[in-house]
Amino acid sequence: MDITLNTIDKQFGQFKALDNIDLHIESGELIALLGPSGSGKTTLLRIIAGLEFADGGGVYFGGEDVVAIPLRKRQIGFVFQHYALFKHMTVRDNVSFGLRVRKGEIRPDKAAIRRRADELLDLVQLSELGDRYPHQLSGGQRQRVALARALAIEPKVLLLDEPFGALDAKVRKELRQWLRELHQKTGVTTLFVTHDQEEALELADRVVIMSGGKIAQVGSVDEVYERPASPLVFDFLGSTNRIPAKLQDDHLIVGGQQIVRYNGNQTGNVTIYVRPGDLRVAGTRDIGLDATVLNVQRTGPIVRATVEIPSTGQRLSVEMPHLHHDVKQLIPKQTLRLRLMQFSVFAAEPDLISESIIAPHLIGRERLRQA
Amino acid sequence: MSTTLSVKANHSAVTESAGMRQLLIAGALLFLLLFLLLPLISVFFEALRNGIGTYAEALTEPDALAAVKLTLIAAGISVPLNLVFGVAAAWAVAKFEFRGKTLLITLIDLPFSVSPVVAGLIYILMFGASGWAAGLIADTNIQIIFALPGIVLATIFVTFPFVARELIPLMQEQGTDDEQAALSLGANGWQTFWHVTLPNVRWGLLYGVLLCNARAMGEFGAVSVVSGHIRGETNTMPLHVEILYNEYNFAAAFAMASVLASLALLTLGLKSLLETRHGEALSQSHKH
Repeated sequence: MDITLNTIDKQFGQFKALDNIDLHIESGELIALLGPSGSGKTTLLRIIAGLEFADGGGVYFGGEDVVAIPLRKRQIGFVFQHYALFKHMTVRDNVSFGLRVRKGEIRPDKAAIRRRADELLDLVQLSELGDRYPHQLSGGQRQRVALARALAIEPKVLLLDEPFGALDAKVRKELRQWLRELHQKTGVTTLFVTHDQEEALELADRVVIMSGGKIAQVGSVDEVYERPASPLVFDFLGSTNRIPAKLQDDHLIVGGQQIVRYNGNQTGNVTIYVRPGDLRVAGTRDIGLDATVLNVQRTGPIVRATVEIPSTGQRLSVEMPHLHHDVKQLIPKQTLRLRLMQFSVFAAEPDLISESIIAPHLIGRERLRQA
Repeated sequence: MSTTLSVKANHSAVTESAGMRQLLIAGALLFLLLFLLLPLISVFFEALRNGIGTYAEALTEPDALAAVKLTLIAAGISVPLNLVFGVAAAWAVAKFEFRGKTLLITLIDLPFSVSPVVAGLIYILMFGASGWAAGLIADTNIQIIFALPGIVLATIFVTFPFVARELIPLMQEQGTDDEQAALSLGANGWQTFWHVTLPNVRWGLLYGVLLCNARAMGEFGAVSVVSGHIRGETNTMPLHVEILYNEYNFAAAFAMASVLASLALLTLGLKSLLETRHGEALSQSHKH
């Protein structure tokens, strides 16, 4: 079932929670709503579910306007952050609840209900635990019961509110993988809300990044990660070095040094956004950014270094896989030349040159070579 | 370094010295013994002073039986009504937002702050011979004051808040996620209430009903005003105790009082049992 949202507005008192949201989701997509708290992502999810009502705008499931359809008839599967399992029912009864409350002809007979519940428990790999009560399960198991329960009513759309928020890191990783596989098996259009960019990037087909009640960018994981539409999106998707620079003569210049070619054909002050992991040691004859190593720290499979640009005194962080051949050049007090493999450039003072710069900009040599 | 530290086990910074602790505990125990336990024991002692025969006789005499029966009927009507009202009010207050919610909560508390005598007088003023509502029922044959309906009304008024007061914080704590989940799965309002909300509050509800019942059976003031003290007809157990006592029939008065006291002890026992067994299912204020 495809979903279309049309100019959705929502106000809570003085606070504008959602501002003119337009979004189209294809049938069978797995979408992440990503944003900091207060960005409106959960409100949007609840409006799609029918748990909350928009002040204006339309919600369409497969072309049908569902705004007037109440929650219980909308046939959505909603998974709550804290699972909202019925404590006094066994796992099997929880899963079959949606079938047991049906009336008349659409209610399957007892044997069929039980069979369906067992099928779903099988699907979420909990077939052994049907007779347990929710309090006897771990957090990850509870989350899977909540999913099975939501799937029991054969939902048109599956909506998950911070599905892994209350779980520890290891379980979270396993469940992500598992949810991805489950989605491939069932093919239900799925939206989930998260504030964890890693989770969004790992799991979703497309990511909707929200900020201040607006959609900051929508795109595939590659698109949003490699062509962030704004500094905000870049910032939100991972750790960031911001380097003030000048754009002149087809080069970006930091502290009087030409550090990388950039065909911009303009002149002006810009900010370079580059991720710590996208910095590498340059060859001796290449241009790059000179920096002095201050300290090196190994954290598991990643080596982190802090370097300083001598001409400006700015500090940057650099990250490399621990087996990378550049790692042995990361020696404190040593001066290196760094190359920027992938970065974005945004106008430093928008009014100066934003008109002329074709933002967003991304140049990565590695990328160019591929293209 | 660590060897120079002297470690005193079981001695935290906020603990008083042993002597002080013993003194405080002894003081509290002595107080309880003098003011609660001794009077309670003396009730049973006085009741049985003239032997078990007199005791049984006092309880099986027709007027006593009528009082027990009336008390059971009054409680049997008012407790279920307050149960329904309390659940409805708590459901409304905890799960919905509406205008006048604060006013409703304040009104629910009103019976706790009004003297029971006033509560009884309200009904006399309404339904008494010159009361403004008396005209409404004048044509029918229904008598309210000095009859069962008046006793039930007064009892309902006084025991109004128990169930609602117990359920409101409990339901507020639990939030609405479970209900929303049930609705999203296709349940209608009644199914959601019956299969999800009610089971979630069942122990709290039982707790509220227990307290409500104890008060309904033991209420004196409000019922006293509206009952008219007609022996064998409008006398509840607490009123019967008073009448017997005023007639210097101490053995019978204490016999009846001992039944009420036993009821209180039973309530207390069940209440403690609920608190220890299902503390986590009761609202925050009762958790240990």
